[in-house]
Amino acid sequence: MTDVNTLHAIASLVPQGSRVLDLGCGDGAMLDYLQRERGCSGYGVELDDANVLACVKRGANVLQLNLDQGLTVFEDASFDVVLQIDTLQHLRNAETMLIETARVGRVGIVAFPNFAHWPNRLSVLQGRMPVTKRLPYQWYDTPNIRVGTHADLAVLAQRNGLRVLDSFGLQDGQTVRFLPNLRAGTSVYKLAR
Amino acid sequence: MLIATPQTMRFHAPLLLQSGASIHGYSLSYETYGTLNADKSNAVLVCHALNASHHVAGVYEGQDKSEGWWDNMIGPGKSVDTDKFFVIGVNNLGSCFGSTGPMHTHPDTGKVYGADFPVVTVEDWVNAQAKLLDTLGIETLAAVLGGSLGGMQALSWTLQYPERMRHAVVVASAPNLTAENIAFNEVARRAIVTDPDFHGGHFYEHGVIPKRGLRIARMIGHITYLSDDVMNEKFGRELKDAVLASANGYKYSTQDVEFQIESYLRYQGDKFAEYFDANTYLLITRALDYFDPAKAFGGDLSQALARTRAKFLLVSFTTDWRFSPKRSREVVKALLDNKREVSYAEIDAPHGHDAFLLDDARYMSVMRSYFDSISTGLEVAA
Repeated sequence: MTDVNTLHAIASLVPQGSRVLDLGCGDGAMLDYLQRERGCSGYGVELDDANVLACVKRGANVLQLNLDQGLTVFEDASFDVVLQIDTLQHLRNAETMLIETARVGRVGIVAFPNFAHWPNRLSVLQGRMPVTKRLPYQWYDTPNIRVGTHADLAVLAQRNGLRVLDSFGLQDGQTVRFLPNLRAGTSVYKLAR
Repeated sequence: MLIATPQTMRFHAPLLLQSGASIHGYSLSYETYGTLNADKSNAVLVCHALNASHHVAGVYEGQDKSEGWWDNMIGPGKSVDTDKFFVIGVNNLGSCFGSTGPMHTHPDTGKVYGADFPVVTVEDWVNAQAKLLDTLGIETLAAVLGGSLGGMQALSWTLQYPERMRHAVVVASAPNLTAENIAFNEVARRAIVTDPDFHGGHFYEHGVIPKRGLRIARMIGHITYLSDDVMNEKFGRELKDAVLASANGYKYSTQDVEFQIESYLRYQGDKFAEYFDANTYLLITRALDYFDPAKAFGGDLSQALARTRAKFLLVSFTTDWRFSPKRSREVVKALLDNKREVSYAEIDAPHGHDAFLLDDARYMSVMRSYFDSISTGLEVAA
């Protein structure tokens, strides 16, 4: 999700000067933006060597850790905001990580591909798994091992006693508040314990 | 090619040691590479581990094969670029590569120190390094860099002189040694002190060297510096030719080398016994054993690191079982608890602890990028 509009839309949810933890921070673009434009500080967590290197190059604090091994190095409520952007769908322990996100951060912001977006539904109706710009992978080699929808996350959050502070969809960099489960390729949740 | 020139600085004022003893009339060997900039802001101190020295980078004039121990990392255009940084390597007190050590003469008694050389700690080394910087006119370091025991010194710098450094780069290190790690050191020490040529540490006056002990100490060390996989890959179960030539493929002897791995370990042991001092080995492994900055805080590393001000880069290697990634993550956690700036790279390298001295593209590029960001910071500040 390198789209600049999307980055800005999510960054706008992060209060000025927040202490941020970005789980699965990729090349550190979001952290870099939050530091420069919103006076934030914090760390990224990333597993991929090339991404870790990209973060170090940018001068962003990055920790090479495997999220599937949990967030034990982080204390409760030690961050204002914990971001999980396009990360949840790659994690084996997605549910635990959602709870951990809300434990470590006073606010958790989760964004992930919404599999109920109408082109995906259309594709499945035609009997094929979707392959789109947002979901460019074939079913047999996709890193997206957790296939969920905007509506699904609300259920999972409730099941774990997490409060939904806000939720909406993102499509073409625009916020989608009307029928997001149908109309948005990306689902965004702002959660708290 | 970078040409290195060893230098010596003599110190007359006594240095008070952690043990309560003090040492005076001592000298430190050091080398510098690159040029100190006008505002003296580009100095990088490199701390060495057990068997290394102040000869960090470059070669000595006319000696092509005399590369410094971190020459793959440090030099013109390298990860730690001596075109940008003024890099200082110092031989620690008690070592055997030029700085005052057990093989030298006590200025008061006129006798060789031997076993009477005062106990030195990581903190003592850092204090001595700081004195050297004082005489070189360097108030603040851009970075302190070290691997293994050298990493412990870099960490200790952030606690002893937090205001004198901006970055700490701690590679393949730990906040203290585990019991298993101390145990390995102890086996090595017992090998040395039980060698009949040790003479209670005063072997110099007997004109002998406890080489058998040193060899075994080094063999044990080498086993722990490698990973199981790499050792298997390099040597496997390969036999020496003499064994293969025997009629039934067996050759049982009590003294001969039969497997290739034995040959390697003996070679490393022999080489080491030729140049390393037995008392230095004892001193340095003890300094390793005792290093434990959390001890004064009831074992709470987070409290111990509250004093740090530096920005950190920590690097560990997945197959390093002597200074495992877990130990580096303890330091990362303690720094996070203190809201310190820290980056951490866990390099998936096969070579065990030795990896910190070897070329690995991911390792070298992370180091390069981090040091590039330090030098960019220098330009911005200037």
